[in-house]
Amino acid sequence: MRLYAAVTMSGFRRYATYRVATAAGIFTNTVFGCIVAYTYMALWDQRPHLGGYDLSQALTFVWIGQALLAAVALLGGGFQEELQERIRSGDIAVDLYRPVDLQLWWLAGDLGRALFQLLGRGIAPMVLGSLVFELTLPRSALTWVWFLLSVALAVCVGFAVRYLVALSAFWLLDASGISMMSGLLCLFFSGMILPLNVFPGELGEVARTLPWAAMLQVPADVFLGEHRGLGLVRAFAFQAGWAAVLLAAGRVLQSVATRKVVVQGG
Amino acid sequence: MDGCADDDFIELDGVEKVFQVRRRAGLLRRERREVRAVDGISFRVPRGEMVGYIGPNGAGKSTTIKMLTGILVPSGGRLRVAGIDPSRERTRLARRIGVVFGQRTTLWWDLPLRDSYALVRRMYRIPDGRYRENLDRCVELLDLGALLEVPVRQLSLGQRMRGDIAAALLHDPEVLYLDEPTIGLDVVSKAKVREFLREVNAEQGTTVLLTTHDLTDIEQLCERVMVIDHGRLVYDGGLAGLHAVGESERTLVVDLERELPPIEIPGCRTVRVEGPRQWLAFPAGSSAAPLVAAVADGYPLVDLSVREPDIEDVIARMLYPAGKTDVASGPGPTSLSV
Repeated sequence: MRLYAAVTMSGFRRYATYRVATAAGIFTNTVFGCIVAYTYMALWDQRPHLGGYDLSQALTFVWIGQALLAAVALLGGGFQEELQERIRSGDIAVDLYRPVDLQLWWLAGDLGRALFQLLGRGIAPMVLGSLVFELTLPRSALTWVWFLLSVALAVCVGFAVRYLVALSAFWLLDASGISMMSGLLCLFFSGMILPLNVFPGELGEVARTLPWAAMLQVPADVFLGEHRGLGLVRAFAFQAGWAAVLLAAGRVLQSVATRKVVVQGG
Repeated sequence: MDGCADDDFIELDGVEKVFQVRRRAGLLRRERREVRAVDGISFRVPRGEMVGYIGPNGAGKSTTIKMLTGILVPSGGRLRVAGIDPSRERTRLARRIGVVFGQRTTLWWDLPLRDSYALVRRMYRIPDGRYRENLDRCVELLDLGALLEVPVRQLSLGQRMRGDIAAALLHDPEVLYLDEPTIGLDVVSKAKVREFLREVNAEQGTTVLLTTHDLTDIEQLCERVMVIDHGRLVYDGGLAGLHAVGESERTLVVDLERELPPIEIPGCRTVRVEGPRQWLAFPAGSSAAPLVAAVADGYPLVDLSVREPDIEDVIARMLYPAGKTDVASGPGPTSLSV
């Protein structure tokens, strides 16, 4: 366990090294957040209480999205490309002869990355957003705790999805197509474009049960206090359930991959 | 000890690895073809020995090493390292082996060398005292002191290679697999790496299996050489024997005062003439001294030098006695899958 804690720390430090990139990221998140926020203002002006949110809640949703964008890797990236590249080049051989569990190893590193990006790229846009716009911030300290727990689960689900995508490189060699598709699916079905409760009918029903909902929609609703009591437990169970299922799928795929597929390169 | 005798520390009996290669044959049709990357190899390596494992590109060297580390499963035959079947108990074996791939790195690109080592320490659960002792020794012998705080991406190839070798030895592995450890290094770095490997082998009794294209690596480190070609072991014995089998030749390069017809001295043959410079080939087993004396006696000699046989030439001559020079045949490493 101490090994994986050390890996998490090194994941944190790796991302902390690139300070200029972090500053650039904060700037992008903030600009992007402002654009989306004004779009939402136009939308909620026409249709107040769209999806059950008032304007302030909708704007809060926007800035939570910006705060979690990097941490939950809603646009993909993080370890995914690195692992794909290691599989493609054959460097994965180096990882395989180590006395470690491949999935836990990458999960630990990704948690470190997420922790850094939550602090480095999450807090600043949220603070800037709340200065410019009128946001709905939780009044109870407990809600903040539940929110952080929900974010942690969201990171695990995000990791599990990207791990599956990355492992496909064992068969596809060039996984950039599937990565792009997975990124687009995530962008839409996480609620990054519009909150999922805005969508009516069956599409909405389906969208709210897919794993991507656990990555932004659920943490945002926890933050907004939409889930209380048993509903809160159900929300966590939804996230944890998807995390468990997808991580298990990753383990199966991993053992098939390492058994069956040749490590690339001489 | 896992009930394995020290004489059979690494044990291969008729080990095979067959890959299915798919090739496009026409627009949509694909052809399946079998490639026997390793085709029935048997050998034993006793504990503490340092063995050279050489052969042309695509001969099956890396495939063998991947099977020995357990990341590839043999298609047939029996394979044991320290009594363990590598592919079945890869993780358990991993604690006892060290691997260095010259062309890949085990270090973390964005982290300082010291942080990479700290991760290695956790990974192999190296006790504190042992870790500090091993790190100090590596730092001293591989001259890493000034590099510990430098991120790996800023290291030169030679520095990174030394860093990699240290990383592979911190957990006191019983076996060390080295795949081209001196590739791309300058003379000074090569010497440092060799010196260090010799010391590790002598002091720790680490068993070493070394693949390389550099004959000097083998000459300076290994008493025993195994040559593999097209997946088969074609030679297993001493380095001197390899020269005899390969009928390898050394070359005496002489600079004369002026252009002259090819030198004619018994016991050697003139292979090339270029202006006043001539190349004389003579058997690798014999001394250059009488030849030098004979040349100096009969010709206006200005300067001379002796060139040692290249390992590629020795192997090529051994494998293709007819003088064929096409060494780089065999299955390429492109897109193999099982």
